[in-house]
Amino acid sequence: MKQTLPLIIVFGFGFFVIIAFFIPLRGFQDASQTFETWYTGVIAFFVFVGIFNIIKVNVNKIQRRLRDWQYSIILLLFLALMMAAGFIGGPEGGLFDYLFEHMQIPLGATMFSLLAFFVASAAFRAFRARTPEATLLLIAAVLVMIGRVPIGYYLWHGFPDLVEWLMNVPNTAAKRGILFGADLGLISMALRVLLGIERSYMGGGRE
Amino acid sequence: MLLILLVLSNQVVLKAFDTPNDDGSSITLKWQSDAAYQSYEIFRGLNLSDEFQKICDVDGSTTTYVDTQIQGGIQYYYMIKAIGAAEGGRSETAGPVSGEAQIFNVGRTNIAICIIILFSAVIYYITRARRGEKLYVRKIPGITAMEEAIGRATEMGKPVLYVPGIMDIDEPETIASMSILGRVAEKTAEYGTPLYVPTSKAMVMSMAQQVVKEAAIRVGRPDWFNIDNVRYLTDDQFGYVSAVDGIMVREKPATNFYLGKFYAESLILAETGFSTGAIQIAGTALPDQLPFFVAACDYTLIGEELYAASAYLSQEPVQLGSLKGQDLGKLIFAIVIILGVLDRLIGLDVVWGLFSTS
Repeated sequence: MKQTLPLIIVFGFGFFVIIAFFIPLRGFQDASQTFETWYTGVIAFFVFVGIFNIIKVNVNKIQRRLRDWQYSIILLLFLALMMAAGFIGGPEGGLFDYLFEHMQIPLGATMFSLLAFFVASAAFRAFRARTPEATLLLIAAVLVMIGRVPIGYYLWHGFPDLVEWLMNVPNTAAKRGILFGADLGLISMALRVLLGIERSYMGGGRE
Repeated sequence: MLLILLVLSNQVVLKAFDTPNDDGSSITLKWQSDAAYQSYEIFRGLNLSDEFQKICDVDGSTTTYVDTQIQGGIQYYYMIKAIGAAEGGRSETAGPVSGEAQIFNVGRTNIAICIIILFSAVIYYITRARRGEKLYVRKIPGITAMEEAIGRATEMGKPVLYVPGIMDIDEPETIASMSILGRVAEKTAEYGTPLYVPTSKAMVMSMAQQVVKEAAIRVGRPDWFNIDNVRYLTDDQFGYVSAVDGIMVREKPATNFYLGKFYAESLILAETGFSTGAIQIAGTALPDQLPFFVAACDYTLIGEELYAASAYLSQEPVQLGSLKGQDLGKLIFAIVIILGVLDRLIGLDVVWGLFSTS
């Protein structure tokens, strides 16, 4: 029963949503809309589950004096501070806004800015022409980089057009090929899940 | 469908018809005019003898209006008044027309046929597999390397890190990731290797905890499961990246899995993992993120391979049958694409027209 009931729910709701895609009758569309509303409600509930988990894991870490337990204190303090600021002053203006604007956003931007350095280091490794594929990648990348900067145009007026062609034809074709395969894989996986053949996502293993 | 076509004295042609493929809750108006107008006023009435009520104004460049403020089954009449520098005037009435509910969206017939073909191909091979037929599925290096990667972590006495992407459970990549997590958890539990699953969504955490716990029970190692190893970090994209990077740098996992839906954080995670010397296996269906994983990881599951991984890892004949069916579907659609290209090159536009969803 522990597995059968979830399987029935998945099968029933899954096939209903597929059928509703093809049937424009109001009852079907309203029901689909209602299911989405339920999902939104469930997500809202899970905010509390997430906060509870953060508190539980970090309190446990502090109690057992696990490695770097001091950071857990800071995390819990700021969690409490942000919540208190939001409840007391509201989300607009006040301390909550200040903490968000002056701490969370700059910290996020700092992490994002690391991407520039990581792109350089990853590109350095990827562009080493050790195999025919890597050589092809290197040539394409050099052409695109040159064609996207002014000096490329001065070297040869055709570079920007060549880059456009590379991006619009071979690159788009490859991307569409990947998407096409992925979508077929997705449909196949959906069928496995709907028919209960694939159960590992709910903890169960074999059919 | 009722269709009334009226030619007006001021060269405005108005058509009013039941909107196709809907639940009967709208009527579509289309008009064209030789003269340019500043705007149009649209009127609606229940009888020709009654006064029409203005229902809206639209600008002069508009040529279509969908009236959704109607009741299905009731007949309506429409009329348009042109406003502008050019001499406008009232159009003649179009109607009667009523909104009728359609049971099947005929505009999506081609999609239905494609789904039926693919479902049939998958079910056909599943049936063959159930009969005991041995099916060959091509080797996918990224998937076969998973067990080796877990074994490496075990030999080194280090944990395994599994990152299920940053999106919620309604994303297909996340569901695929949970399926693979079940297989990875089985192996790590069997070997007694710690498995860390930091999540960006509380719902994913809840599901992942259940998946890992059940996997541990399945292989007879319920004591191995530590609920605190499958934890929620934050919904914030870069906050999550920062926390996962911290786990990599502090705990130094020997194997990192990045399987799910990723955006800008993909390269930050993969490069940090590379710097710690971990063997890395990634997989996503987003083509924009694949180059980053290919550059920074040892193995990358590209698109469909992510969805196939769980079935492949299970080695169950029925699941492998579904992969075989997927390949047959791919072959059929590849043939259709080639026919479509030839069709366009020749200029017949027969195959092309079959795939229109308008």
